[in-house]
Amino acid sequence: MNAPVALSVRGLCKSFGALVVAQSIDVDLVPGARVGLIGPNGAGKTTFVNLLTGFLHPDAGTISLGGLSIEMMPPEKRVHHGLARTHQINTLLSEFCVRDNVAVAIAEREKFAWRMMRYRPQWRACLEEAQARLTEMGIGHIGDRIVRELPYGQQRLLEIAIALALKPRVLLLDEPAAGVPSAEAHHIHDVLVRLPSDIAILIIEHDMDVIFRFAREIIVLVQGRVLRRAAPAEIAVDPEVRAVYLGRTVI
Amino acid sequence: MAAVSDDKPAAPPTTNLGTGARYGWWLGLIGHAIPWAIVVLFFYMAGGYLSLGTQVLIWILFALSLDLALGYAGIVTLGQAAFFGIGAYAAGLFAIHVSPDPILGHLAAIAVAALFGLITGAMILHTTGVTFLMLTLAIVSMLFEYANQARSLTGGDDGLQGMTVNPIFGVFEFNIFGETAYVYAAVVLFIWFLISWRIVHSPFGRSLDGIRQNTRRMRAIGTPVWWRLLAVYTLSAAMAGSAGALSAHATRFVGLSVLSLLTSGIVTVMLILGGTRRLYGAFVGAAVYYLVQDETARISPYFWELVVGLMLIATVLFLEGGLLDLGRVGQRLFWRLRRRTDGR
Repeated sequence: MNAPVALSVRGLCKSFGALVVAQSIDVDLVPGARVGLIGPNGAGKTTFVNLLTGFLHPDAGTISLGGLSIEMMPPEKRVHHGLARTHQINTLLSEFCVRDNVAVAIAEREKFAWRMMRYRPQWRACLEEAQARLTEMGIGHIGDRIVRELPYGQQRLLEIAIALALKPRVLLLDEPAAGVPSAEAHHIHDVLVRLPSDIAILIIEHDMDVIFRFAREIIVLVQGRVLRRAAPAEIAVDPEVRAVYLGRTVI
Repeated sequence: MAAVSDDKPAAPPTTNLGTGARYGWWLGLIGHAIPWAIVVLFFYMAGGYLSLGTQVLIWILFALSLDLALGYAGIVTLGQAAFFGIGAYAAGLFAIHVSPDPILGHLAAIAVAALFGLITGAMILHTTGVTFLMLTLAIVSMLFEYANQARSLTGGDDGLQGMTVNPIFGVFEFNIFGETAYVYAAVVLFIWFLISWRIVHSPFGRSLDGIRQNTRRMRAIGTPVWWRLLAVYTLSAAMAGSAGALSAHATRFVGLSVLSLLTSGIVTVMLILGGTRRLYGAFVGAAVYYLVQDETARISPYFWELVVGLMLIATVLFLEGGLLDLGRVGQRLFWRLRRRTDGR
């Protein structure tokens, strides 16, 4: 258990005026971790992801990524250090085709996206890698489609494909299956199960089926505070957790 | 020059290295050949209109500079006249105080405009939307007022006079018929077009397009958005400054109006009229604008503004991609009609 910690959060605090959305949150993710983050609406789950990725600035606390302190870095720097995310609401380049969405991310990862000349071999390699990644996720056949015209479920898969193309060490999945019709949701679940085992993953999800199958550990967040952190089996029978959150769900 | 508007763009805005082969290379070549053939033919057929043609070329370059910033990168600016004006004044002052050599003056103007773009861009590019728009307005208004007040330097509202411009390379003299000026403008436009073409099809250009579509997505994949925008803003400023220098050299005069808000407005109208994000939109927009102005001004000196205004409204409402979309709309209509008659 002495594996180096991939992501370490200490005493993370954030309030919007009187509304406290993060109260001294401590979280550790080891490489290969599968941690589920659950909590009622407004518990601060997405805020937590925004704080980790730099889209929001914490009032206090430290975030360390593989031993590197990142809490002062802008989002784009954190990405280059191996922290990727997906968005709760699709955040895609809707006028580009699917393959280009992934290729642009690879170009940034390989640090040649600023080039104005002598890029052809690299760009071709980008497109090839993008296509390979799409195929791997089972959406290789839609590489040429414009994102705007895609069904929602496929856009959700693209979100994940882009994040994976960044070759992250830590991946934050913000409700990857949200809004996807249940008939298509199994496709996303399949992808989740097959995610590379060395990546530390934190997943926010409302579908308890998904989270109890995917996560090996669950953090319950209530009003910006960590209420519990335990294995799924313990969470399921925890009376306090059931009271604040799971009460409405039959397990 | 209106014939350009029927020309199909060489590549639709969303094509890329991956799917760009859709049109076939020869069709792309024709798409490129038509506008440049018109530029060349106009030189031989213009007669007394050659100076007007030079003006059109200058405004095409100006609109092209805006296409990089506004069209591709989505930088909504109304301050583009600042760079045009600075380029024009820099070229004029260089000719008067430093050297009458046009090439040196042109390069100096580009450098000054680019530097100004770099500095102001660094100050304001962290803002977006209306805030950014207001800041660009403020900058161009301040410059205008400065040029207006600094009479000893700029000549105020009398304009900058007394420029002498040597022959280009010591050979091609700027003459009264404007032949040298036309070729000079055409060559400069061609060079900038090649640079722009290269840039918008590069990974850098793709990332600009991405920033325009969804800044948050680009930050989430690790794009240093501010730096990319600053780079294209500076480049756009250099191009606009180049257009300003052309204007100064072609007319040997710089009027205060180069820095006016109206100048920013006109170039924006041209670009939107022609179509953003296709480079040739600038060509169509500037040409059509001048054509309409010239034709309808004969009827009434105020009438042309009404016509341009109506055209702009119609374009924005019905042609998302500007007048360059006319070709595509016409094609679609043709096929639909044909299918209908076939069915009977």
